[in-house]
Amino acid sequence: MITRSDIPLRVINSSPEAIAKAKARARRSFRQIRTENVFRRSLMIMGLLMIILVLGICLTLAWQSRLSISALGPKYLWNKVWDPVQDIYGAWPFLLGTLLTSFLALIISIPFSISVAIFLGEYHPKGWLPNFLKNAVELIAAVPSVIYGFWGLAVLVPIVRSFESSIGVVPVGVGIFSSSLILAVMIIPYAASLGRSMISLVPSHLKEAAYGLGATRWEVIRSVVLPYTKSGLFAGILLSLGRALGETMAVTMVIGNTSAIPKSIFAPGNTMASVIANEFTEADKPVYLSALIELGLVLFLVTIVINLIGKRVIDRFTNE
Amino acid sequence: MDGKNIKLRLGKSYGFQWLIYVLAFACLVPLLAILFYIVKAGVTKINWHFLVNIPKPVGESGGGIANALVGSIIIILVAAVIAIPIGIMAGVYLSENRRSRLAYWVRLCTDILQGVPSIVVGIVAYFWLVRPWDIGFIHHKGGFSALSGSFALAIMMLPIIVRSTEETLKLLPDSLKEAALALGMPFHRVIFKVVVPVGISGILSGVMLSVARITGETAPLLFTAFGNPYLSVNVGKPMQSLPLLIFNYATSPYQDWLNLAWGASLILLFWVLFLNIFTKVITRKWKVQL
Amino acid sequence: MESTIIKSRNFNASFGTNHVVKNVNIDIPRNHIIAVMGPSGCGKTTYLRCVNRMHELIPGATSNGEMKLNEEDVYQMHPIFVRLKIGMVFQRPNPFPNLSIYDNVIAGYKLNGIKLPKAERDEIVERSLTKVALWKEVKDSLNKKGSFLSGGQQQRLCIARTVAMEPEVILFDEPTSALDPISTSTVEELFHELKTNYTLIIVTHNMQQAARVSDKTAFFFLGELVEYDETKTMFTNPKDQRTQNYITGRFS
Repeated sequence: MITRSDIPLRVINSSPEAIAKAKARARRSFRQIRTENVFRRSLMIMGLLMIILVLGICLTLAWQSRLSISALGPKYLWNKVWDPVQDIYGAWPFLLGTLLTSFLALIISIPFSISVAIFLGEYHPKGWLPNFLKNAVELIAAVPSVIYGFWGLAVLVPIVRSFESSIGVVPVGVGIFSSSLILAVMIIPYAASLGRSMISLVPSHLKEAAYGLGATRWEVIRSVVLPYTKSGLFAGILLSLGRALGETMAVTMVIGNTSAIPKSIFAPGNTMASVIANEFTEADKPVYLSALIELGLVLFLVTIVINLIGKRVIDRFTNE
Repeated sequence: MDGKNIKLRLGKSYGFQWLIYVLAFACLVPLLAILFYIVKAGVTKINWHFLVNIPKPVGESGGGIANALVGSIIIILVAAVIAIPIGIMAGVYLSENRRSRLAYWVRLCTDILQGVPSIVVGIVAYFWLVRPWDIGFIHHKGGFSALSGSFALAIMMLPIIVRSTEETLKLLPDSLKEAALALGMPFHRVIFKVVVPVGISGILSGVMLSVARITGETAPLLFTAFGNPYLSVNVGKPMQSLPLLIFNYATSPYQDWLNLAWGASLILLFWVLFLNIFTKVITRKWKVQL
Repeated sequence: MESTIIKSRNFNASFGTNHVVKNVNIDIPRNHIIAVMGPSGCGKTTYLRCVNRMHELIPGATSNGEMKLNEEDVYQMHPIFVRLKIGMVFQRPNPFPNLSIYDNVIAGYKLNGIKLPKAERDEIVERSLTKVALWKEVKDSLNKKGSFLSGGQQQRLCIARTVAMEPEVILFDEPTSALDPISTSTVEELFHELKTNYTLIIVTHNMQQAARVSDKTAFFFLGELVEYDETKTMFTNPKDQRTQNYITGRFS
């Protein structure tokens, strides 16, 4: 630490005014240096706040789940019955619901995301029409999820209902299938934009080598572009998956909200996020609430792991 | 190597290209469908009456969404006031400390925060601010409040602001800072009077993006701001917000409430789209790289 | 067989409004090595890329005039046919990074969807790698990816890949400018071997290389073919003043 005595007093002459001026200057410098230290320290504290927030979230979730972890044990995660009225807690219906909706949404959305990525990255990197497509796809991500849910409820669910009765399934309309459809639309932009930037990074001399050997455009894409961007596309898909797992509102409005295990993809169900949203404020027993929080903890850990793996893959790809 | 084989390969190539075009533009169909439907359903519901009244009790027709409009604005404003200074300073910290161990963890945690599901943020804010607790002689009364909602939203804004500030400042040349320091300027002045003003366009874009992101968020508010059928400006009490109103009324069976939800959806959708498009235009104009 | 394999008449090429190759008339004889030289921006690379129709891959690029391969106009054929008969080796060695050495050599066949029995594939790989003097060096690591090879070896791998397709003409776009002197000389030795079976057109900005390896040399300047003659004559007794300036400018 810099103390008063370290700051030299430079005087040009020894008159009392000059000495007083020099002392004032030293005091001001000292004050400024102290402010600088305080400032640097507060910057660091703001940075630290990020770490504190993350730790706080982890700890809060873990602490609040302790009741259900100790009372219900690990069996909670694969118990098939959720009946809080009778004090029976089993998370399997929600884990299944989350997995079904997310993976179904992923499968449905991948062809569209990859197509957008290839269109924008390979066929038309520039131009007003591709720009329009790029912005429109980004706007898909901007639409609030309640609006997706509301529209789904009002427009998609009746369509699904008539589809279901035409194929001989109980025409409920809401359920895993409808949620997956809405979710698929919502997650298209994530894989698409990451995929596009990865595809545009393919060095042109590799593509030229393939063209020089007489390849068609499709053959160049299949044999050069796609293998080169394999890991980047995979990371984009992971990002979409992470988004799908944590999505709450649109799914809650369209999934049917039952705690029974869905018998088919057309049956209603629940996801971890949607059961928390629906039953959190109604959880009257401590174990009930704790069981819901434990679901939140699982959701948190899974999405974090997926997102971090995706980011790691991207970093490695762009730094090679 | 004959003509037929090449015709087949070319056919495959053109077929693939056609497929890509179709699938890519097919993505626009749901977006346009939603836009058109919401406009069609909501445009008839919006009038002056709609904008200045609060919802009527079930059974009575009419009413409006004034409480949600005012509530949304207040909650977002408070969230921004919390998140912007912290976010910018954390971003400055990261751009000034590229290689330190602590900075690595801060960056990692910022990335983690960006991926936290919104409902989890709501749960955490509930336990920190809504549940009453006692530590020593500090008694936290708790209760649903707009402030707790803003806090949850602020947590979601932070990673975006931090990242965009860091990226913007990283692009500035070191010579800028060094010139100011060489003049004997104290460090905090260098940051606030030189570095930040030069990078303000990127930082502002990040802020606008984060606001656009949280404007439509519902899940974090479910157990924090909770909603309020009356117009309130008290941040210590429950408050209504646009997405919350839409969620509650859209899932209700009452036609009057559904009408309110349509009108509110139209307003929310256009507000969010406007913010996003505005941010894009400004970003391009200022040639910012986010 | 006709002794002229490539014939250009009144050939022009442009990038949008930028006219970079102006009215080129040239006859390239079979089984010869032709060097194409000239200062930067003179159009030599653009001309080369027009021969196998790579030029048109760039948006906004146009060309007109006659470009004949064995009396057939290249611009009337499908580009894929053209590239099967006229191969190209690029400036930066670019073996496909995700394929092994074996697969890289055979890549031309794979890309074109031509399925061959394993014995025939093995034979093609061995023959091509022998032609580029790489067989002995890599025959035990055929299944490894090519990233451990030196720059010169990678470039020879790319030549093997091109040779495997048995083209009639091989175009080289500054093939040794990214290589060190020793690799450069090994590649240059190859040219002489390849001449027996193929016709080589080599764009180079290195005059000494042009003088060393080629039979005939074409000198391009500002988009025009200024002079085209036997290499010996070109370098000892150039007919055009511009050629003279170019050559002497470098020597002194």
